[in-house]
Amino acid sequence: MTAKIRKLVVQVEETRSEMGKEVNPPVRKAAAIAVIENPFAGKYAEDLTTLMDIGEELGDLLGRRAVAALGIKPNEAESYGKAAIVGDAGELEHAAAILHPKLGKPLRVAVEKGAALVPSAKKRAGIGAPIDVPLGHKDAAFVRSHFDAMEVRVSDAPRSNEILVAVVVTDSGRPLPRVGGLQVSEIEGKDGLR
Amino acid sequence: MVAIKVRKIQTSVEEVFHEGGPVAAKPLRQGSVVAVIENPYAGRYVEDILPMMEALKPLGLEMSQRLVAALGVAPGEIEGFGKGAIVGAAGELEHGALWHVPGGYAMRELLGDAKAIVPSTKKVGGPGTQIDIPVTHINASYVRSHFSALEVSAVDAPAANEIAVILVMTTGPRIHARVGGLKASEIKGEDGLR
Repeated sequence: MTAKIRKLVVQVEETRSEMGKEVNPPVRKAAAIAVIENPFAGKYAEDLTTLMDIGEELGDLLGRRAVAALGIKPNEAESYGKAAIVGDAGELEHAAAILHPKLGKPLRVAVEKGAALVPSAKKRAGIGAPIDVPLGHKDAAFVRSHFDAMEVRVSDAPRSNEILVAVVVTDSGRPLPRVGGLQVSEIEGKDGLR
Repeated sequence: MVAIKVRKIQTSVEEVFHEGGPVAAKPLRQGSVVAVIENPYAGRYVEDILPMMEALKPLGLEMSQRLVAALGVAPGEIEGFGKGAIVGAAGELEHGALWHVPGGYAMRELLGDAKAIVPSTKKVGGPGTQIDIPVTHINASYVRSHFSALEVSAVDAPAANEIAVILVMTTGPRIHARVGGLKASEIKGEDGLR
C-alpha cells in the first residue's frame, strides 16, 4: 500500500427512534476514516499522482470497512459520501487528488453499482476539526429521502503533515422521511440522477 | 420498573498503527459505544432514582457486546476500560451517576473477573458535547502503560431530556508507551490496584 496509515477509525450510528416515534427498521450510517501521512506536506508538488493512487487504495479499503461495519451485503448499501481534511502543511488540492480521480471506482465495487455521483466535501483544517460528509443515494442522486450528512471527527487528527480521508455508507435514508420527491421505488438507475 | 428508551446507539473503533514512532506489530484497538436514552427524571426533582439503575443493566450488557464485536476481538483480549455519561440540560449530574453500577456490571459480566475499578467521568452538556473517558488496565489500576483516555461525542446528543451513557475498551497499552511504572506483566491481581 502506498498510503502510510497512522490510524483507522470506524464509526456506526444506529437510530432507533426520532421524536419519540419508533424507527423500524433502525436507520444506520457507517463512517470509515483513515489518517494518513501527506507525502507533499510543506512543499509544492506539480504532479499529484501519488495522492490519486492513494485515493484508489482508500476507496477500496474504506468502502469495504464501512460496508463490513454495517454487517450488510454490498448491494444493500443505499447511500454514500466522501470527504477529506488536509492538515495545515498541505493544500486543498491534495484532498481533491485523493477524492476525485480514482477513489470512486473501488468504492462503487464495495457497494455494488453506484450509478450516482459520490457527494463530497473537503477543507484544510487543524487537529480535531469536524467535517460533514454529504450523503446521497448511490444509484439516483435525486432521491430526496436519502439527502443527508454525517459529521465525522478524529480528536487527534489531522496533524499538520496528515490528511484525514472519510467514506460514509448507509443502509437507509433519513429517519422518518416525509418531504416527498423521488422515492427509492421510483429509481430508474440509468443516468445516476433519477 | 423504569422502561429504558433508546433513541440511538453509536459505536466507534480506532486502529492505531503508530504515532510517529515505530509501526506496532499488533495495532492498538480502542473503541467506544454510546447509547442515547430518554431521561425519565428530566425537568423535575425526583428523590428516588434508584429504579433506573437496575433497569439499565440489560442495555449495558448489549452495549458491551456491541463494543467487543466492533473491536473484532475476543473478550479476553480487552486490557483497558472506562465509562462515562453526559446528562442533557434538563437533568442533573446525579442522573449520570446512575451509570456507575450498570456500566461496570456490563463490562465485568463480559470480560470475566476484571479486578480494577472502572475509571469514570460525567458531566451535564448539550448535543455534541465532547467527553474524555479515562482508561485504565482492567485488572490493576496502577499499570502505567494503560493509562489513557478516549474522547467521545455524539453529534446530536444528548438533547435536554436525554442521557448519553458511554463505555470504552482498549486492547493494549498506549502505542509508544515508555514511561516506566508497573507493567502489565507484573500484575499481582489481588487488590485491583497492582
